Amino acid sequence: MRLLAVLALVSCSTAGETPPWHSPEGPADPDPTLAAMPPATERTEVPPPPFSEGIFPCSQCHSRAPANTKRRELTFHREIVLAHDEGHRWCLDCHDPDDRDKLRLASGERVAFEESFRLCGQCHGDKYRDWRAGVHGRRSGEWSGHKTYLLCAHCHNPHRPGFHPGFRGEGPPGREPVIPMPPPVRPGRR
Amino acid sequence: MCGDPTDRRSFLRQVAGAAAGGVAAGLLPSCVGERLRDLPRDEARRRLARLEAETRARFGREVTLSAQEAQPGVVFGYALDLSRCIGCRRCVYACVEENNQSREPQIHWIKVLAMDKRRGIDLVHADAYYNPPAVPEDGRFYVPVQCQQCDNAPCTKVCPVRATWQEPDGIVVVDYDWCIGCRYCMAACPYGARHFNWSEPGLRAAELNPALHYLGNRPRPMGVVEKCTFCIQRTRQGRYPACVEACPVGARKFGNLLDPGSEVRYVIEHKRVLILKEELNTMPKFFYFYGT
Ligand code: HEC
Ligand code: HEC
Ligand code: HEC
Ligand code: HEC
Repeated sequence: MRLLAVLALVSCSTAGETPPWHSPEGPADPDPTLAAMPPATERTEVPPPPFSEGIFPCSQCHSRAPANTKRRELTFHREIVLAHDEGHRWCLDCHDPDDRDKLRLASGERVAFEESFRLCGQCHGDKYRDWRAGVHGRRSGEWSGHKTYLLCAHCHNPHRPGFHPGFRGEGPPGREPVIPMPPPVRPGRR
Repeated sequence: MCGDPTDRRSFLRQVAGAAAGGVAAGLLPSCVGERLRDLPRDEARRRLARLEAETRARFGREVTLSAQEAQPGVVFGYALDLSRCIGCRRCVYACVEENNQSREPQIHWIKVLAMDKRRGIDLVHADAYYNPPAVPEDGRFYVPVQCQQCDNAPCTKVCPVRATWQEPDGIVVVDYDWCIGCRYCMAACPYGARHFNWSEPGLRAAELNPALHYLGNRPRPMGVVEKCTFCIQRTRQGRYPACVEACPVGARKFGNLLDPGSEVRYVIEHKRVLILKEELNTMPKFFYFYGT
């Protein structure tokens, strides 16, 4: 009975008003939905970005060399092969040319790697909304209190998000095949 | 003899035998005792302390046994994203470890069913024993099934001794000291979510999760029924269930159905949600959804 009450409540609230984040298409930053973010104090904690060892800070090398904005075959970072709408995109659409320790939004705003979800959210608004609600991706910790959640980059390699080679960080997904744990024992067979 | 639940079970057996002789009637009321929940608080506390000491002695390890009650204003709900689940069974084994299920003979509270995409949700043709080198398999999707924590639970209604019931936070629990092992509840459950200890559960001391709840993961005796409790020992302390934390693709969502800001509420309000065997009117608090 209790549950019926919940569902009834739910259905009137969706039928009535338009959800506050329902905005026309387009880059989501500066982001009207950020207002719906929980206040900083109960803001969920994010584990450190899944960098390869020794690569960060990027400025250890990049502060010395000026950025080369030309699309070209790189002599360094050869392991990075862009397969993410690469026809329309180059490294410096996401990485800031002048401060390599930061990412760069379409608006020109610099964003720390700890907030790379804002970068992804520009183009994947639907997933970003679900992620912020704790529904896409994964939260851990307390359902009622302190939570940690994974960055998009923990589960998707930003450079080839659909096919995650090796899956840095914890867990597998992308489309990388995963070895299943053993099936249950059939009844009567020990 | 009457204080000890195992004795109570054997006592009931004797009573059944002796009933013909007419001895039973006078003995019953004094010896059947009470469920923990029916006891006065101080007595309940004493019984818990005794059980805790027994468990400690039996496993030779420090344990804590809680009987923490439901929080007011909380009804737990669960949502599982069928468009994400890859059938890896990490949840199954995380559950076994957290909840002290018997390793041998094997008891799993979560069963992951592989289904054919062309057939859709079809429990009759589901395969629980799939074992390919890698998942997900082409053309298949996966439906993990565990206790659906029904609001209108058929299992609790058939229990002849009221050893299983729904708590105020919606969790359907079993008092293992009160269960007489008749298994009516297993027959009544349409989801196959209840499991019986046919023999002494095989659980080594090293495998024991020592953070115990009376109605949840404390070691069970032979001859009783057990089931998923939404990890009552974790969730009543505000934590996520073990299966939620274990899921590598983030398909499992948990929270308070009465909190409009909870993940489960977001799912119910924004996603296509389905309920297993909805036509039975069991009113599960476990929802399946498509997150894509
Ligand atoms: C879609 C946006 C995007 C594009 C395009 C992109 N990157 Fe990245 N890159 C990221 C994000 C986000 C991270 C942070 C990943 C993390 O948190 O570990 C990252 C991480 C890196 C790293 C650190 C990798 C590591 O091993 O830890 C390097 C190096 C890098 N990018 C170089 C490049 C180069 C070179 C290109 C162009 C060929 C490029 N990126 C294109 C978004 C992008
Ligand atoms: C060990 C030194 C080193 C580190 C550390 C390093 N890079 Fe680089 N990176 C280079 C070099 C050298 C090039 C130029 C390669 C070329 O021109 O062929 C380069 C090129 C790039 C480019 C291509 C655009 C350009 O400016 O030439 C991007 C984007 C980039 N790096 C991002 C990063 C990011 C992001 C990090 C930190 C996560 C990082 N790099 C860390 C050495 C480094
Ligand atoms: C400038 C727009 C843009 C940004 C920023 C962006 N993406 Fe994408 N993304 C796309 C487009 C377009 C596609 C579809 C084309 C493709 O798969 O190459 C896509 C595809 C994807 C896919 C699906 C891939 C597949 O094969 O199914 C994932 C996952 C993804 N992006 C994740 C991310 C993550 C994580 C970030 C942030 C690090 C990000 N994206 C940033 C535009 C963007
Ligand atoms: C816990 C891991 C996890 C996290 C964190 C995560 N995702 Fe995903 N995401 C997945 C999985 C699993 C899929 C399904 C992959 C597939 O089907 O190939 C997926 C699919 C996607 C897709 C493809 C959509 C589709 O329908 O196939 C996009 C785009 C995407 N994610 C974007 C994001 C963005 C943006 C973030 C951060 C705001 C994010 N993801 C965070 C696990 C994650």
